[in-house]
Amino acid sequence: MTGLVLLIPIALLCGLVALVAFFLALRNGQYDDMDGAAMRVLADDDAP
Amino acid sequence: MATQPLFETASGTAAETVESLFAVPAIHCAGCMAKIENGLAAVPGIERARVNMTARRVAIRHDPAIEPPALKAAIVALGFEAEALADPGIDVAAAENRALIRALAVAGFAAMNIMLLSVSIWSGADGATRQMFHWLSALIALPTVAYAGQPFFRSAFAAVRQRRTNMDVPISIGVLLTTGMSLYETLTGGDHAWFDGAVMLLFFLLAGRCLDSMMRSRARAGVAALLKQTAPGALVLGEDGRSRWVKAAALRPDMVMLVAAGERLAADGYVVEGTSGLDIAFLTGESAPVRVGPGDSVQAGAMNVDGPIRVVVTAAGPDTVIADIARLMEQAGQGKSRYVRLADRAARLYAPCVHALAALSFAGWMIAGAGAHQALLIAVAVLLITCPCALGLAVPAAQVVACGALMRRGVLVKDGSALERLAEIDEVLFDKTGTLTLGRPVPRDLDGLGDEDRAILLALARVSRHPLSNAVRQALDGIEAAPIEDAREIAGEGVFACFRGEAVSLARPRSLITLFDLASEYRRGEAATLLRFADALRPDAVQVVADLKRAGLQTLIASGDRPKALEEIARVTGSTAIGRLRPADKLALIERLKRRGQKILMVGDGLNDGPALAAGHASMAPASASDASQLTADAVFLGDRLAPIVVTLRVARRTVRVVKQNFALAIGYNVLAVPLAIAGQVTPLVAAVAMSLSSLIVVANALRLNGSAR
Repeated sequence: MTGLVLLIPIALLCGLVALVAFFLALRNGQYDDMDGAAMRVLADDDAP
Repeated sequence: MATQPLFETASGTAAETVESLFAVPAIHCAGCMAKIENGLAAVPGIERARVNMTARRVAIRHDPAIEPPALKAAIVALGFEAEALADPGIDVAAAENRALIRALAVAGFAAMNIMLLSVSIWSGADGATRQMFHWLSALIALPTVAYAGQPFFRSAFAAVRQRRTNMDVPISIGVLLTTGMSLYETLTGGDHAWFDGAVMLLFFLLAGRCLDSMMRSRARAGVAALLKQTAPGALVLGEDGRSRWVKAAALRPDMVMLVAAGERLAADGYVVEGTSGLDIAFLTGESAPVRVGPGDSVQAGAMNVDGPIRVVVTAAGPDTVIADIARLMEQAGQGKSRYVRLADRAARLYAPCVHALAALSFAGWMIAGAGAHQALLIAVAVLLITCPCALGLAVPAAQVVACGALMRRGVLVKDGSALERLAEIDEVLFDKTGTLTLGRPVPRDLDGLGDEDRAILLALARVSRHPLSNAVRQALDGIEAAPIEDAREIAGEGVFACFRGEAVSLARPRSLITLFDLASEYRRGEAATLLRFADALRPDAVQVVADLKRAGLQTLIASGDRPKALEEIARVTGSTAIGRLRPADKLALIERLKRRGQKILMVGDGLNDGPALAAGHASMAPASASDASQLTADAVFLGDRLAPIVVTLRVARRTVRVVKQNFALAIGYNVLAVPLAIAGQVTPLVAAVAMSLSSLIVVANALRLNGSAR
């Protein structure tokens, strides 16, 4: 029972961190142009 | 071949009504569409309304006295949220897609964590521990349902308020009742809570919705991009002899435009001074420029290739040929969006059955003497089990896998429903130029030349960017070019050079002996050789037509070309060919075949095929086609070969077969599980296992399509 008090919040926190990270990436526009992103990896120059 | 396209400018639309565009993001079934169109048409002052499903918008033709806010209120009154669109470029679909992905992420996070707690309960957590886990689950599930359930609740609420029903109504009732019952059980310290089931259901359904939305957002409305082809404005010669810049919208007939080489025309008109070549590939898909001189008519959007010309404007803005074709395309495309997708057809039958079943079980248990609490629990279990979870995944999963398989074969399918429509095709209508043929000139008389002459010819061709030079260069690729000196290109004339002191040239023929064929003349000293160019059949055109016939499909060739030019092609492919068809004629031909009950696949490339592509039951275009055609077509295939058409039709048929299997699986699962639910034997564990299992089976079945395009 005492272990749960520690472990469950940790498990939830881990999931929450991943969720927040995904939301930040989404807001950042990283998912706006999935096909373009796949193509961009082939381009040589680093210019945006 | 490279003749002027002859379009008749249709007379302008009635001036007393105006058209307004509204974005209505919530449209996703034929029922919504009929509701909006019929509902708006009944409003006084509105002449007609047309829903464009791909772009999720409504075009309303109405009395100018009605202001946009009033129109918006009319759409809202029908149960849909609307937004006036000044600029069709605003991407509502992409925003909705992002909202769905966010909801999916939240539902996924919640489902994982609740399942973590549920597994502990199933493995024997009891008493205070179970109680705490139920409370934790509720803590996660309630905000999740409130957030991730919104797409379904909104759609269901709008439908119910209008006394209609759609797939989202059973989903919403199921999720809300399950959550409510679970909360009640948690508060009263009951044995079971179904939070995991409710959230998992949302997750699976959102996954299906996301797949669907992603496919849809790939298909963009073609018209906006089409109008980008016209120039933003032109230099206009004033009466005082000075030139000034006039925006395209402000151009009026009888103005004189000065068009330099490399510029696009901003309006229709005719040439008064200068000669040049015009690239009208956007209209015809043909690469060779068309020569124009004084008196010739020219179209907005054409690219001036050679020299400066002066053009008197005859039509500008919405009256131009290109704007006309855009309108024709949009109108023709409307018919296609009336198509009722398979999933929606299934939902229409499914939703009433499910509700009746849940209500009957509730009534049955009440009559049998169980308490209201017990009876309600069972009704909820029935709703949870029958929630169209696998049904929601059945179609998009199969279509996404099939589209992926086709993409690897060089076919880009733009919409899931395109696969459904492609599977129903029974007649294929081909355009000739650029579709059955390569759409680029291939020199025919090179074999008669000696090695040295061919080497000189290659060297000459390399100097110029002219399409005929490109064709010579491609045909002679691989041999060594001769060393030539003094090479110079004279625009509109040809390439002139010296080879060992002898004058050589690749130039326009001196005599106009050929009116229709493209030709060029190779001259060395005094000797001249005429090089004729012709469009070549695609390498596997004959084979593909034969394959289509073997598959039981009829084939027909419809071309704007002269009937004489079609004889040969009709003979080798064994198809009927119809010539001299203008864009409106092709459209009429398709409408006529449609009325006979034929399902037409239109394969074409030029903008002149645009309306026909939009009108066909389904349409495909080669990647060499004009931009507008590629945007209009349901599928675009890459490369010089036509074989992808046969592959696409085969894959489309297999996809529909798999979708139907998936429906059978989902319904079969219901037939097994529903008696359990009605008998009151569905615990949260059974519900969770049954739900994920059915979804997994459906997805696994869809994955079989992965190798279908090989």
